[in-house]
Amino acid sequence: MSKVTVRIPTALRSFVGGADEVGLEAETVGRVISVLADRHRGLIERICDAEGRIRPFVNLFVDGKNIKTSGGLDTPLADGAVVSIVPAVAGGR
Amino acid sequence: MSEPSAKDRRLAELRARIPEIEPAEALKLQASGAALIDVREADEIAQGSPPGALRLGRGFLELRVEEAVPDKGRTVVVTCAGGVRSLFAAESLASLGYRDVRSIRGGFNKWKNGGLPIEVPRTLTAQERERYARHLLMPEVGEKGQLKLLDARVLLVGAGGLGSPVALYLAAAGVGTIGLIDFDVVDRSNLQRQIVHTDDRVGTPKVESARKALLGLNPAIKVVAHEVRLDSTNVESIFDGYHVVVDGSDNFATRYLVNDACVKLRIPNVHGSIFRFEGQVSVFWPAYAKRRGPCYRCVYPEPPPPELAPSCAEAGVLGVLPGVVGLLEAVETVKVILGIGDPLVGRLLHYDALPARISELTLDADPECRYCREGAVFPGYVDYDVFCSSAGQGP
Repeated sequence: MSKVTVRIPTALRSFVGGADEVGLEAETVGRVISVLADRHRGLIERICDAEGRIRPFVNLFVDGKNIKTSGGLDTPLADGAVVSIVPAVAGGR
Repeated sequence: MSEPSAKDRRLAELRARIPEIEPAEALKLQASGAALIDVREADEIAQGSPPGALRLGRGFLELRVEEAVPDKGRTVVVTCAGGVRSLFAAESLASLGYRDVRSIRGGFNKWKNGGLPIEVPRTLTAQERERYARHLLMPEVGEKGQLKLLDARVLLVGAGGLGSPVALYLAAAGVGTIGLIDFDVVDRSNLQRQIVHTDDRVGTPKVESARKALLGLNPAIKVVAHEVRLDSTNVESIFDGYHVVVDGSDNFATRYLVNDACVKLRIPNVHGSIFRFEGQVSVFWPAYAKRRGPCYRCVYPEPPPPELAPSCAEAGVLGVLPGVVGLLEAVETVKVILGIGDPLVGRLLHYDALPARISELTLDADPECRYCREGAVFPGYVDYDVFCSSAGQGP
C-alpha cells in the first residue's frame, strides 16, 4: 500500500477534527475516497454525489495534476503522493 | 593660428575612427537589417525620430544596448541631433565589442531636412517619468511598457477585500483606466480588510469611496464607477471594451457571469477567491495565444447548491488574506498587460496561510466545455441564485 497525504480544504476541515492534512494508505484515488468515507462521517457527501461521482464544484489533484486527465478515481498513487481536494471558493470581499 | 581645443582634437580623433554616413544611406542600412540608435534626450525625441529607431538615450546607452541589440556583429548606426554626440556614442559601442558602428553625418537635423521619414513617438511626460521611474529602470517595463499600462483598461468586479489591494496597486502602477463594479456601501465591518475604504467614508457607496482613494494616490488615472449589481442583462455591455477583468466578487452567481462574459468577449479573467485562511488564484483565458488554458467552467462546470457551500456563518476571512491573494491577482494583471513572464493560464496557485503553503495545481481545458470549446455557440448567461453575498449576512 502507498502511504499518501490528503490535503483537506478549509471548508471541510470540521469533518476531520480541524486537520489540514490526513495521512492514509491507498493505491488509488478511489480508495482514498472510501477510506475517508469510513473514517470521517459527512465528509465524502461534500465531495461525491450519491452515485459516487466527484461533484462538479470539486477537483481532486494528485501531485498537482487534476485526476480528470489522469484516470479519474482509478488514478494510481505512488508512495508519498499528495492528494489535494480543492472545492470552488466564491469569497472575495 | 591658435591651437585646436581639446574638444576639437578629440572630435578629429573620433572622425578618423568612426565611419560617418549620410542619412539616406543610414535609412537603406536600417531597411536591410541594421540597428538605428537615436541617442538624443527624451525632450528632443518627442519632436520626432526616425521610425523604428531604438531610443536608448545617451546616458543609459551602454547599460541598455546589449538588451536591445544582442548581436555584436549587427551593423549599428548611431544618430543624435547634429552628428557629434553620436560619434562619442559610436566609439563607446565599438569599445563594448560592436564590430560595425557608424554615425550619421549631420544627425537627425540633416535626416529631417532631407525629407526622410520621421515619426513622433508617444512619450511620457516629465511628471510621468518621475512617478514611474522605478518601472522605467527595468527593461521588461520601460517607457514602452509604461505606455501600455497607461493605455490599459482594467475592470475590477468588486471593490471589497480582493478589489481593494488590486485597485490601489493598479492605480499606483499607472493603469490608465480602472473600472469598478460594486453596488454596496461601505460598512464599518468591511474595514478589517477592505483597505481602499476609510472610516470616515462608512455609509458612502464603495465605488465612490474607492474612486476617492485611487485618485488621491494617482490623480492622472481615470476611474469609472459602475454602481450596479451584475446580472445577465448588463454584464456584456459593462465588460465590453475592457482589456482585463479582475474577479474579486463574493458569490458564485457573479463568478459565472464574469467567466461567461470573459469567454465570449475573449477577455482574460484574473481570478482570485478566498475563504478564511485559504485563497486561490488563476488566470482563465482560453484566448491566450501561447497556451490553451481552461475557463472557470472547465474547472468548475456548475456552482454548488447553497446547502453544499460553506454556510454564511462560516464565511469569515482573515483580514490580511485578501491582501495576499489580491496582490497576486494584481501582479498577474500587470504581466498580462505588459505581455511579460508566464501568466497563471492553466495553473492555479493555492495559498493556505496557516501552514504557510503555496501549491501549484495544473488546470486543463475541457475539450467538451459548453462555453469555451472550439466552435462553441455561446449558450447564454445564467442568473444563478445569489446566496451569502454582501447583500445578506455574508463576509
